[in-house]
Amino acid sequence: MKLLDFFKRQPASAPQARERLQILLAHERAGRDGADYLPQLQRDLLEVVKKYVAIDDDKVQVALDRGSDVATLEVNIELPETAPREQRRSA
Amino acid sequence: MSKIVVMTSGKGGVGKTTSAAAFAAGLAQRGHKTVVVDFDVGLRNLDLVMGCERRVVFDFVNVINGEARLNQALIKDKRIDNLFILPTSQTRDKDALSREGVGEALEKLKDEFEYVICDSPAGIEKGAVMALYYADEAVIVTNPEVSSVRDSDRILGVLQSKSKRAEENREPVKEHLLLTRYDLDRVERGEMMAVDDVLDILAIRLLGVVPEDQAVLRASNLGQPVILDGTSTPGQSYRDAVSRFLGEEIPHRFTRREKRGVFQRLFRRTA
Repeated sequence: MKLLDFFKRQPASAPQARERLQILLAHERAGRDGADYLPQLQRDLLEVVKKYVAIDDDKVQVALDRGSDVATLEVNIELPETAPREQRRSA
Repeated sequence: MSKIVVMTSGKGGVGKTTSAAAFAAGLAQRGHKTVVVDFDVGLRNLDLVMGCERRVVFDFVNVINGEARLNQALIKDKRIDNLFILPTSQTRDKDALSREGVGEALEKLKDEFEYVICDSPAGIEKGAVMALYYADEAVIVTNPEVSSVRDSDRILGVLQSKSKRAEENREPVKEHLLLTRYDLDRVERGEMMAVDDVLDILAIRLLGVVPEDQAVLRASNLGQPVILDGTSTPGQSYRDAVSRFLGEEIPHRFTRREKRGVFQRLFRRTA
């Protein structure tokens, strides 16, 4: 058994460490670059959209992308497939 | 023109004090008048690593409070000319260091020394910010491990936003990466991130790679900066790092396996 263990190497874990860090740090850095208002903006936008359309909390995404000259604020609002407004009228 | 250099990391236990001691000793060995200052108030350890714990009479906090003059608190290293240690206090008062007090003390040190090495406490709170606030250059001590790399990234963010240079919109603090506890065997087995992985993520200049080695513990047991052990791989690696810091271009060692012939491999132990 011991001999078998010797030949059966565990898969490399370093690539996962690297990948997880890249994703995490991209996220943390975006929040750090002076855009600490983003989470609040996201919540506010969600509240406004919810007044008109019933959507889940995770359907409003905001992201700030800083280029050398311009910064772009990307707001992505995903609406449900069936039109909830129609439903509300019939109710 | 004298420089203030902070040794920082965010995470604890990665080798800040070991590196600060080695780095300061290395600069002094190269003929530069250097002082290493312990900023870890309450958890004083630099004196122990430097082997001068029994010579501490006054400390950094005494100087700031006007209870002692700088020259009374500075401890001259007995082994290396040009090397001085400024120990910190064991006080539990977290507000023992005021920004103005530290600024004044560092100004005085800059008049006397070419390099002022600040050994930062762990964390990203007040103590760590105090240690990096006045820095001209920063050495980020990092282990090839996820939490250490993440914390290093955070402390880089702090350097870029909360240092005096950042506040005054001056040229940013120059950042260097010192990768410590590097285990080449584990890197080759895919169990540890390689130098290039960490460099890709943090994207700062590589100052040196210090291998994981028994010599580091031995040095701290003896109270000697590991750089004095020139036969050890960490000792050689710190010397290279100091040379690079002083502007020399030298290739990195201990980051890849040296190619050995069959003969050398057979006689590795005796060679």
